[in-house]
Amino acid sequence: MSKDDQILEEFASKEYEHGWTVDFEADSAPPGLNEDIVRFISAKKEEPEWLLEWRLKAYRNWRKMTEPKWANVHYPKPDFENIIYYSAPKPKDKPKSLDEVDPEMRKTFERLGISLTEQKRLTGVAVDAVMDSVSVGTTFKKQLAELGIIFCSFSEAVKEHPELVKKYIGSVVPSNDNFYAALNSAVFSDGSFCYIPKGVRCPVELSTYFRINAANTGQFERTLIVAEDDSYVSYLEGCTAPMRDENQLHAAVVEIYAAKNAEVKYSTVQNWYPGDKNGKGGIYNFVTKRGICAGDYAKISWTQVETGSAVTWKYPSCILKGDYSQGEFYSVAVTNNMQQADTGTKMIHIGKNTKSRIVSKGVSGGKSQNSYRGLVEIHKRAENSRNFSQCDSLLMGDKCGAHTFPYIEIKNKSSQVEHEATTSKIGEDQIFYCQQRGIDEESAVALIVNGYCKEVLNNLPMEFAVEAQKLLALTLEGSVG
Amino acid sequence: MLSIKNLHASIEGKEILKGINLEVKPGEVHAIMGPNGSGKSTLASVLAGREDYEVSSGEISFNGKDLLELEADERAKEGVFLAFQYPIEIPGVTTTNFMKTALNKIREHKGLEPLDAVSFLGMMKEKMKLVEIDQALLSRSLNEGFSGGEKKRNEIFQMAMLEPTLSILDETDSGLDIDALRIVANGVNKLKNDDNATIVVTHYQRLLDYIVPDFVHVLFNGKIVKTGGKELAHELEAKGYDWIKEEASIA
Ligand SMILES: Nc1ncnc2c1ncn2[C@@H]1O[C@H](COP(=O)(O)OP(=O)(O)OP(=O)(O)O)[C@@H](O)[C@H]1O
Ligand SMILES: [Mg+2]
Repeated sequence: MSKDDQILEEFASKEYEHGWTVDFEADSAPPGLNEDIVRFISAKKEEPEWLLEWRLKAYRNWRKMTEPKWANVHYPKPDFENIIYYSAPKPKDKPKSLDEVDPEMRKTFERLGISLTEQKRLTGVAVDAVMDSVSVGTTFKKQLAELGIIFCSFSEAVKEHPELVKKYIGSVVPSNDNFYAALNSAVFSDGSFCYIPKGVRCPVELSTYFRINAANTGQFERTLIVAEDDSYVSYLEGCTAPMRDENQLHAAVVEIYAAKNAEVKYSTVQNWYPGDKNGKGGIYNFVTKRGICAGDYAKISWTQVETGSAVTWKYPSCILKGDYSQGEFYSVAVTNNMQQADTGTKMIHIGKNTKSRIVSKGVSGGKSQNSYRGLVEIHKRAENSRNFSQCDSLLMGDKCGAHTFPYIEIKNKSSQVEHEATTSKIGEDQIFYCQQRGIDEESAVALIVNGYCKEVLNNLPMEFAVEAQKLLALTLEGSVG
Repeated sequence: MLSIKNLHASIEGKEILKGINLEVKPGEVHAIMGPNGSGKSTLASVLAGREDYEVSSGEISFNGKDLLELEADERAKEGVFLAFQYPIEIPGVTTTNFMKTALNKIREHKGLEPLDAVSFLGMMKEKMKLVEIDQALLSRSLNEGFSGGEKKRNEIFQMAMLEPTLSILDETDSGLDIDALRIVANGVNKLKNDDNATIVVTHYQRLLDYIVPDFVHVLFNGKIVKTGGKELAHELEAKGYDWIKEEASIA
């Protein structure tokens, strides 16, 4: 057996580091989904009538829809009647300040490496943490408010800024966009809301951490980011979930609206529980993320590091409507053991002189399947538009699969689209070279993979990049015996 | 320090090393010469622990340890260094980052704390001077797009950084221009002390003018067929290998 094959064979999962649950008294809905549940969620959150109607409409649409089948992933259909659609950790009383946040919960976040305390000020990250379905505290709020920046939980935004929510919700991802987006629209429980007023550069990275805690719960968070003219924001999203035997559903929606000359950077490090070595348990991650460059010169940049989840189905996309607007997608997707990922992006060029860039790095080990699926669409009036796509796959053995599905639709002749793709195997001679310098095989694999993904990792904000590198190493750990 | 006894090794069923015996003591420089395909790089690879080669019999002991029992990275941590005949490219990993990782792994093995950024950079500066290597080169992806000579110089830079006890230089001279050869050889000489040893694999006497060997061995057809002092290299340069081959076939 060659060394490559051994790496493959021994690509055993290192125990999932974030796998533990905490017992909070949960305040949850009974399992299953019907109109009453939708009403229950809306009532729990004391929502206005229009939002309830919006949810119900989405729910009715969802009932008529079927699950998408085109992705290159295979899994038993989730039992939608057995999922708990709302689960709030039950605090004795609502916290008024961070100091009052349930200490158990704060400990949980500390174990996740997130400090909700004002210590974060030092690192310059404002954090909104969402556990199961409820947002538990937002740091920095006051400082941000002085600049007119709104950064809060989605529920709070519904209460405090209903006109903004009403204006933008569903404007980028319509509630009937697809099966999971419709489901999310019906039952979304919380998430983050972020609004950057005209001409404001958000001085800190805004960050949200999601965690699924209770058993049998789905997590359906919804994020809405609105950047007005000439504004800038960098937004980070991280996530974890405990180890469980059953598969849990995560169906989020993220909408980004970038007005004229606004820039939004959205970075994700996705580390949901991937299931065990044999494919038992793990999160189904079916996410709809989309941004619109509504104004001229707007720019949206997605950077994602995907290491977790049993099944991932995710295509952060950009609608380049404004002239001279730009979209970017930088992605690292690592799959190991039995994981399946079908991820990529859509770049829809509508405005003139629009530009997009796609850099995708897929790393597969074990018996995992890793697919890149991307669409570049150039509309008729999108003169002089440009796209460059680079899709690279790295195989860690010969039982895994890497696939590339690039779709290109060009309706304007003055546009230029370039696509490059490579597939390679991790080199035995590279590993030996590292070993000869004293670097053990496992660290060598991590080093080589990190180098391979460098172009994407370089796009992450500094502290996230460090975390992402550690995560890659961790995901690849146990790859040698 | 190094003792090789009756070493036999093969690859893909083909025996390449057919009974190698070699003793290397601290402070010594050994040159290994021999025609193309005679097994020099194979010997170097087997010493470094490349798994593709199967060692069918023989022993290698290194500072009292059975080298054959150790993984390649463990051998490196024990102080075995191989300057590759064909250094490998690792895209996206700079030499600096590579060395930092390697050095700290070796330090960890010795029970030392990882080197802090300041001391590491200080050390880099010092070793860079030794082989006159450019900072810019070290910030690029390891060996990617390096010229042949730059790769070789980079190998010796790494050797300087890791301070091994046994260095095996596999044709480090090939690809170096005349000045670079002198610089690299001087670097190797400066790193020499009473406690470490060097094995230089080369085809040319030229390198041995700078790095003066205590012993010269001729490897032919998987065996060391002749051993002599530094004058043997001159003789080979003048006469080629035919007479050695003849001697070997008579024996
Ligand atoms: N993977 C392999 N499969 C078959 N034969 C191999 C393999 N690797 C090396 N060999 C053979 O082993 C023999 C010794 O090779 P080696 O590289 O050790 O020679 P060398 O003495 O270093 O030669 P040079 O002076 O050209 O560098 C050669 O005949 C070579 O073809
Ligand atoms: Mg050779």
